Amino acid sequence: MADPMRIRAQAAGDKTTVRVLMSHEMESGQRRDAAGKLVPAWHISEVSASHNGKVVMSAEWGAAVSKNPFLQFVIKGAKAGDKIAVTWKDNKGDSRTDEATVS
Amino acid sequence: MQTRRETLQHSAKVAALLAATGLFPQVALAYNKSAFEGKTLADALKALGSSAPVASTSVTIGGPDIAENGAVVPLTVSTTLSGVKQLLLLVEKNPSALVAIFNMSDSVEANFGTRSKMGQTSDVYAVAVMADGKALFAKKEVKVTLGGCGG
Repeated sequence: MADPMRIRAQAAGDKTTVRVLMSHEMESGQRRDAAGKLVPAWHISEVSASHNGKVVMSAEWGAAVSKNPFLQFVIKGAKAGDKIAVTWKDNKGDSRTDEATVS
Repeated sequence: MQTRRETLQHSAKVAALLAATGLFPQVALAYNKSAFEGKTLADALKALGSSAPVASTSVTIGGPDIAENGAVVPLTVSTTLSGVKQLLLLVEKNPSALVAIFNMSDSVEANFGTRSKMGQTSDVYAVAVMADGKALFAKKEVKVTLGGCGG
């Protein structure tokens, strides 16, 4: 199991900015190891975020997203105390969900 | 004794169960692989089924003019338009151009930020795919002093 995500959700007026730091290797599939063999791609392929249980955004990522990915998005109408959950799934089928409270 | 018909019925049941739990890899992945394997902007858009993109001032791409480290280039994509279905982020000279697809909903603003790897100095595109399949783009050149894709 991968390390937990760091999620910060800050409300300002009726908009909430959510910043997520995920912990993932994001191997591009372009690098070669010491023996000259290609290191197979290993990256997060799907990300979704929900606000109080309702999915508000999803994303599909390629191998070109940086190691330990950062994601920022803005939710309309979220209030302090609301729950924001973020889920990612990588191309090996591993996944992780973490939750944060809007402050 | 189990007849052949019973055996077949049983395996069909198991298959249905597997499909229901999402354990069939083909069913479980809605991930648009061909779009990410496309080498160019046009390839990626074609795989997503949208038309040729038109330059627009309503779409904004944000990023540094010069990125010292190509492994971490902060990029943002946003638009002021309504009726946007997807926002895409592409780096033209990467081995595969498409970096990320953001699927919109009514509850989020058309404004996303992430960090991307860039192999070399290249144009970076933000593409907004509208609900009617039209594509609008903005581009920006980012100079890379140290590439982030190779090893």
